[in-house]
Amino acid sequence: MSVNVTDSARETTGTGKHIVDVPEHIVEIVSDSGEGAQKAAQSFGAICAKMGNGIWTVEIIPAEIQPPPRSIAGASGNRIRIGSFSVTNAGDQADLVVAFNEQVLLGRVQSGNLKPGAIILLESMWRDHHDPEVVRLYTQTVAQLEEDGYQVKEIPMETECLKIVENPRKGKNMFVLGMLCSIYQRDLQLARDQIEFTFQKKSQKVIEANIQLLEAGYNWAEANLDVCFNVPSAHIDEPQIVVNGNIAIGLGVMASGMEVCAMYPITPATSASHYLSDVFENVGGVVHQAEDEIAACAFAIGASYAGKCAVTITSGPGKALKTELIGLAVMAEIPLVLVDVQRGGPSTGLPTKVEQGDLLSVIFGEPGDAPKIVMAPATIEDCFYSIITARKIAETFRMPVIVLSDANLATGQQLFPRPKFNEDWVAPPIDQSPVPEGKKPYDWDPVTGLSERFIPGRPNGMHTVTGLAHDQNSKVAYDNWINQAGCEARSRKLAAFQKTLKTPQVMGDPEGGDLLILGWGSTKGAIEEAVMRVRKDGLSVSSLHLKFLQPMASGIGDILRKFKQTICVEINYSDPKDDFFTADNRRYSNLAWLLRARYLVDVDSWSNVYGQPMKPGDIEQMIRERFATP
Amino acid sequence: MFGFQLDSIPELDHEYYRMEDYQSNIPRWCPGCGDSAILTAVQKLCRDEQLPPEKTVFVSGIGCSSRFPHYMKTYGFHGLHGRAFPIAQGIRIRRPDLHIFVNTGDGDCFSIGTAHWIHAVRMNMRMVVMVHDNNLYGLTKLQSSPTTPEGFKTNTTPRGAYMRALNPLTVTLGITNVSFVAQVAEWMPSLLAQLIEKAYHHPGFAFIRILQRCPAFAPTHFDPMITNPDRMEMLVHENGMVLDDTMARIYKRQIEHDPSNIHRARELAEDREHVPIGLLYHNPQVRQYCELRRPKHVMTIDRLRENLEAEFDKFSVVPQAEKVA
Repeated sequence: MSVNVTDSARETTGTGKHIVDVPEHIVEIVSDSGEGAQKAAQSFGAICAKMGNGIWTVEIIPAEIQPPPRSIAGASGNRIRIGSFSVTNAGDQADLVVAFNEQVLLGRVQSGNLKPGAIILLESMWRDHHDPEVVRLYTQTVAQLEEDGYQVKEIPMETECLKIVENPRKGKNMFVLGMLCSIYQRDLQLARDQIEFTFQKKSQKVIEANIQLLEAGYNWAEANLDVCFNVPSAHIDEPQIVVNGNIAIGLGVMASGMEVCAMYPITPATSASHYLSDVFENVGGVVHQAEDEIAACAFAIGASYAGKCAVTITSGPGKALKTELIGLAVMAEIPLVLVDVQRGGPSTGLPTKVEQGDLLSVIFGEPGDAPKIVMAPATIEDCFYSIITARKIAETFRMPVIVLSDANLATGQQLFPRPKFNEDWVAPPIDQSPVPEGKKPYDWDPVTGLSERFIPGRPNGMHTVTGLAHDQNSKVAYDNWINQAGCEARSRKLAAFQKTLKTPQVMGDPEGGDLLILGWGSTKGAIEEAVMRVRKDGLSVSSLHLKFLQPMASGIGDILRKFKQTICVEINYSDPKDDFFTADNRRYSNLAWLLRARYLVDVDSWSNVYGQPMKPGDIEQMIRERFATP
Repeated sequence: MFGFQLDSIPELDHEYYRMEDYQSNIPRWCPGCGDSAILTAVQKLCRDEQLPPEKTVFVSGIGCSSRFPHYMKTYGFHGLHGRAFPIAQGIRIRRPDLHIFVNTGDGDCFSIGTAHWIHAVRMNMRMVVMVHDNNLYGLTKLQSSPTTPEGFKTNTTPRGAYMRALNPLTVTLGITNVSFVAQVAEWMPSLLAQLIEKAYHHPGFAFIRILQRCPAFAPTHFDPMITNPDRMEMLVHENGMVLDDTMARIYKRQIEHDPSNIHRARELAEDREHVPIGLLYHNPQVRQYCELRRPKHVMTIDRLRENLEAEFDKFSVVPQAEKVA
């Protein structure tokens, strides 16, 4: 851990507690599924945001809807990182954890998610449980945790909540929210407003009960807890929006003027379509749930062919099924936006966990040469704007654009400046004017490969699009030069698009140095935080983050050659460096393969597939080890 | 509908379309292929209904049948194997103004595209569907298809097909929301034209299975039906198919069948002795998915602005003035 907290204790006026000033804190709330930890955490995050803190929240999700209660693998909840600065990632280890039972807590401890000496607020009802085995497990765990140096504070949450509601299983979460408001000195009125917002569809009685629970939690902590932290405001005063990456994608779909989203349920992508299903019709859009992934993609391509570009939203396994249709969209030059919210693979893999393992397959997955554009948002704000950009590119260049998000962005929440609607985001109405005489459906420009597409309804434009090799009139190719010409025209479009890309900026030393860390997608915040930490100690380390992975902007090769060492940090599999893996058989991470192939630079890989977001501390440690052992 | 309204399109000068106006490339089907008869029947329909070629789209999958769009001078989408239906649905969802036809085959529809076939029937989106059923895979040179009869020899079943053939009629008639099912053979051009016309006017998913000869790989396969007209069972009704005198003389086995009766349609479809020809089932009242999903609003810049700003507000937090610590 590198954030060297220079704790400064002060005294509050009211309770006489010591307030510890910290630049940031990471709080986790974990419970069994269905106990509302996520709601408490999201509310807490929103309150912190309103008080001017930077936040990043990320869901802790079990793979099942109702895993067995009190199980290590069943931990459900949320992590909230609050900072006195703009927070770009989920951070390292937690400073404070609220747990509804000791088993879900153990899951977090064993996976190394708690800082040594972290504060644990633990429901104490298990100490008096009727089942002696539960009592034994609880007391044993508490003793062990204390022995390991954690500050365990046992709290009679159930007992306190029973004073207000009959079933504390529903409501304990708001008691917890109240405690956190005391510990972090949150404005209680903001918390009350938040509850009214969260439960706006419920009765007044429910709202009042939850406010009582909130106040009870607050008062209990004020009276009984001696911990109190101050995370100063991040000096954010512009209005911000707080959404997760999937909602940002949904907002982006609407903002782009697309009218059709075709999808099939798949974790962790589906919540984007849930959101769109709720609101898309208000603007005249439609979400179509197809019978399978293939049909969803075919439906989007059909809608796109007949009008404006359409979108299909999926994850890796769904992308694999759509592969043949992506090739069709490439061949027939039909615009398509495909969002792949990546999860752990291969096969069914880790459905709820993050991975960046689809990069090579989306670039190279189709039979034959299928040039298409692949881009990856790095932040939640980027998820929103990337969809708008993707729609424009898809229509301008008549090709599929793949947007690679991942489970980390999908379920993470981050603040970003509230967008203001801009007409330029929106697709123009479709052209139904007659096609001028002599124009062909694939009038490939000899340089750029670009041509205008004729949408059904345009007189004189009649032609049959086909996945078969075809000439400029879309006639099936029987001469051997035609396929060569068609492939070249489609490839030229990619090259023409590449010329519009700006060289990405190096964070650190653009003139070069000892080490360059390369990344793409959701790891940006963690990589940059790690690099900034080691740069403070004078290490010559910089980072470069790529948004467009296919094609790549000019100038990247020049940047790579300015550094003594280059290494890709990614959440996908690569072989470790040991005696068994040699230069002849070692397999690299996705981006490293691409960079090595294009730039002939000896780019190394440092990647893993634990299914967890990259922690800045882990990257930092890797960098320091490299410098220690040259 | 994609940001433009139908009534804003000016009336084009009316022009009379002839058969030739729908003819494109010279078909590359084998001489004597039954697909040619279907092509002619469809071009005749287009002329009779005066369909504007720019407003007409033929969608297909892969196979001999699926070359169909290339031979029409309309818009066409020659898609992927098995995927004609979801592509056609995507075209339909925001384009009620287009006339959509799907040409598919027994391999395309009943094998690789089975899931889409079932769900397309259930969704009941308006399109005319012609399944060119020659009981085999032709383009890949004679393999067995789901409708290949038991014992029929192909390159993948050299000792004869192992299983009884799939009955597409009973399957289709068993799907919720089925609204139009007909069966005909391409060697009965007048009946083929009659049923395609009925299908065109059906407000929903109009499914026609067309028995189709393959002169290259099974030239005598349908001969028993052709030489023995009594194998065919003509379903006649004032609301269904009607026979002229000539056809009535050839096909003596006629049954009065009211196409609104789905139970009787299912019984007729089950018959293993005879081949029902005609309109088995027709219900124009079945709700169409497009109707259910028709947007209540046209997407306009103003509507987008108003709704997006509201969404941004919904997720907004406005930081409070900083407190003095």
